Amino acid sequence: MNQAAPSRSGAHLGAEAFLTRFRGLRDRLPGDAGARDRAALAFAASGLPSVRNEAWRYTSLRPLADTQFQEPLTEVSQAPVLGDLPELPRLVLVDGRYQPGLSTPPESIVLSTFADAPEFDGADTALPMVALNAMLAEDGLVIQVPPGVDAGTVLMLAIAPNGHRPIDFHPRHRIMLGEGARLTILEVARGEGTYLHNAVTTAAVGEGATLTHVRLQEEGTDAFHLNTTFATVAARGTYDAFVLTLGARLARTEVHARLQGSGGTIHLNGAQLLGGSQHGDITTVVAHDAPNCSSRQTVKNVLDGRSRGVFQGRIEVARKAQKTDGYQMNQALLLSPHAEIDCKPQLEIFADDVKCSHGATVGELDANQLFYLRSRGVPEAEARGILVRAFLTEALEAVSDDTARTMLDQAIAAWWERPQ
Amino acid sequence: MLTIDNLQAGIDDKQILRGLSLELPPGQVHAIMGPNGSGKSTLGYVLAGNDGYTVTGGTAMFDGQDLLAMEPEARAASGVFLAFQAPIELPGVNNANFLRTALNAIRRARGEAELDAVAFLRLARAESKRLHFPDDMLKRNVNVGFSGGEKKRNEVLQMAILRPKLAILDETDSGLDIDALRIVADGVNALRSDSFSALVITHHQRLLDHLVPDRVHVLSQGRIIRSGGPELARELEANGYADVVASASVNVAA
Repeated sequence: MNQAAPSRSGAHLGAEAFLTRFRGLRDRLPGDAGARDRAALAFAASGLPSVRNEAWRYTSLRPLADTQFQEPLTEVSQAPVLGDLPELPRLVLVDGRYQPGLSTPPESIVLSTFADAPEFDGADTALPMVALNAMLAEDGLVIQVPPGVDAGTVLMLAIAPNGHRPIDFHPRHRIMLGEGARLTILEVARGEGTYLHNAVTTAAVGEGATLTHVRLQEEGTDAFHLNTTFATVAARGTYDAFVLTLGARLARTEVHARLQGSGGTIHLNGAQLLGGSQHGDITTVVAHDAPNCSSRQTVKNVLDGRSRGVFQGRIEVARKAQKTDGYQMNQALLLSPHAEIDCKPQLEIFADDVKCSHGATVGELDANQLFYLRSRGVPEAEARGILVRAFLTEALEAVSDDTARTMLDQAIAAWWERPQ
Repeated sequence: MLTIDNLQAGIDDKQILRGLSLELPPGQVHAIMGPNGSGKSTLGYVLAGNDGYTVTGGTAMFDGQDLLAMEPEARAASGVFLAFQAPIELPGVNNANFLRTALNAIRRARGEAELDAVAFLRLARAESKRLHFPDDMLKRNVNVGFSGGEKKRNEVLQMAILRPKLAILDETDSGLDIDALRIVADGVNALRSDSFSALVITHHQRLLDHLVPDRVHVLSQGRIIRSGGPELARELEANGYADVVASASVNVAA
């Protein structure tokens, strides 16, 4: 079969290779084959999303469609290098598969895996990348925190250490917090070589519970990182998320968060630092389905070289969601005349007693600020670094967990000192 | 210390300095006075190296070096300090960190050992206290939410910590009450020595009562049209610039 043909037609961008793989693997994949088949049908109909799909207007998956991926090797022959990590209980996935031997789960959580008990609910297979995930998912983490338990901070590391040939993996994670439970997840993605990391996470935050979800995406420079999260928040619950995008040639972090009970809170903050020809996309949908809830979003982009940043943020306020307080801000700092930011805020408000605002700014480093620092003896490169970090400070202040904050600060410092 | 010869500079296509010459010997304080738009601030920016201004002719030698050929940070390292007329706000940059980064960058450029956080804070607190600044100015972001007077005092604090050889004060007195004015003057006077010089750009005689200059220069249309002793400042205060400018025009015409 001519594998280039479907990709060029556009209607089914890059679908055939994944579907062929699925047909070969179907009977060996865990869980409900019917759910897999429905996902495969959906994916066969959509293919990889093209830029004609409004939700993917600014992010082309053409380079992904043009790459031939293979199944990762079943056995991990030797312990991979994990890189610098804080001293925390850790859960490690290699090529999308959970590695108990490399992990130190805390006793405060109930841990199982997707492979043990596949569950496809809670994620919308109308989204093509979710359908692809549902079709090929093999493993993932299932983390439960019992009611009233403060499970502390857990490190979740997804690493793709191989780097020899293009591989793809589609982990599927579930996080469930019982009433009044608390958990901080520090999720780190790293790897080498060309690979597709297409994760789907569902998070259910119970009444009065708090899930703090900090992500550090520092995938290898040839990686594709596509990540879709569905979070639901019950009454008085909090989903407090932050993503720092540094790595991958093409990345999208897509979050669908839903406030389902009165008094809930959602924070979807983030920052992207991109250079070279990197593409980073942060797409969010916050649904206010209940009254007296608040959502906050500050996303900052620092774009160098020929990189392109995308921010799409939709806030949906249902008719019954009175007294909603929604805020969204996207800011971009362009360090190069060739960098680009695309920003699409959307407010859909059906209630009449709400406070919702959004804003966006795009700018360059301020020449007066730069001169002020240099006139005090600070060399230009150092002065630029100081101003970039100052720009990011407001976004990073949203990260209250000290360990996570330190890790993000160090990652930003390393990014700034990276070889150009 | 500083020799400016026939300096010509402007912004975009607009010529502002039109052949300015000035000799500032070591250990002296000179005042630059003049009407609005005469080029006083431009002189400060050009000497500090703001690349928004284009130098089209003339020279400025500082301690035997060609100042105009140096990057702004190199000028600072060699001892030039410009106190800004409108100090810049740096949101997200802590004032103490800013000062320590600047001091250590200058020390590094001079081949001196950097100060650690503890040693720096000891120095910064001592200087703050001497200048009657509240301690919390060090903890706040650089100039953010500072009153006009606090911003000016922060410039003087930076000067006290960086210890320049040449300070250019661009209307550091404007908007200050009489007590703050005295503190600024004291800050400069404390640095006065055989190896320190200052160019004090001001509109008012007031500052010069506390910070007595060795020479006063009147700048008009980008050139120095008259120089004299401290009494010249009092004459200008009493009679305004019009007479001086008019008589200079006659001289030029003649």
